[in-house]
Amino acid sequence: MNEYHGEIRKMMIILSKATLENVYAAFVLANGARMEGIEAEIFFTFFGLEAIHKQKLEHLHIATVGNPAMHMPTMLGGLPGMESLATMMMKKEMEKIDMPDVHEFLDIMVASGVKLWACKLAMDMFHYKKEDMYDDIGGIITVGDFYKQGSGIGTHMLFI
Amino acid sequence: MEKEIAGKMISVNDEGYLTDFSQWTKEVGEAIAAENNITMTPRHWEVIAYLQNEHKNNVALSIRKIGKSNVLDIKEFYQLFPQGPLKTSTKIAGIPKPASCI
Repeated sequence: MNEYHGEIRKMMIILSKATLENVYAAFVLANGARMEGIEAEIFFTFFGLEAIHKQKLEHLHIATVGNPAMHMPTMLGGLPGMESLATMMMKKEMEKIDMPDVHEFLDIMVASGVKLWACKLAMDMFHYKKEDMYDDIGGIITVGDFYKQGSGIGTHMLFI
Repeated sequence: MEKEIAGKMISVNDEGYLTDFSQWTKEVGEAIAAENNITMTPRHWEVIAYLQNEHKNNVALSIRKIGKSNVLDIKEFYQLFPQGPLKTSTKIAGIPKPASCI
């Protein structure tokens, strides 16, 4: 019998935001877990659903307002076009370090065995249908279902 | 440090990766694979040969590159080396562990 030594065996990641920096954080963590032989699942809830919404996932932006790491005055960050500009610059940098775009990243995660779940409550709230979403999600589930998915020794939950 | 693998003394780092590729043989790869609960098949060896060649050409390995390699797709990579494919396969191949996050 293997004794449990406190190692991480499964990452259950809850993504509640659709700003590019948060989406990438969730994706890199999930994919990185699989690369280490750790199981990974992502629960997309509230605005996080946009990251698996077919029409929206290609158009996610980074936040220029309320983001002190942008090092620009909040007023400036709110100007029209500012988010698009910042997003364009960030995407260029990401391509340089071989970072896939959102759609390709979803494909990579599914191929790697990451399970993707859409939150039922948020789906209902936004009036999204299953066919609006990325084809390879595991399903639309409740919070209770997600907790059940995470049962077992060595599971960690992360809210983004 | 040195470790006995397949009856020979082999230089490895503290994670068990070979530090001198010239010491690598198929038997060494086979023994490392067995330690990681992998039984090598001809398909495994094809992938190992590909990885060694990429390393020789100084290509930084990542999961994304594997997916675009035309040698195998990501899904098969995980089927062949289930417990962290990039980590395990490079160890078997006798090349350094990739420092990639993607």
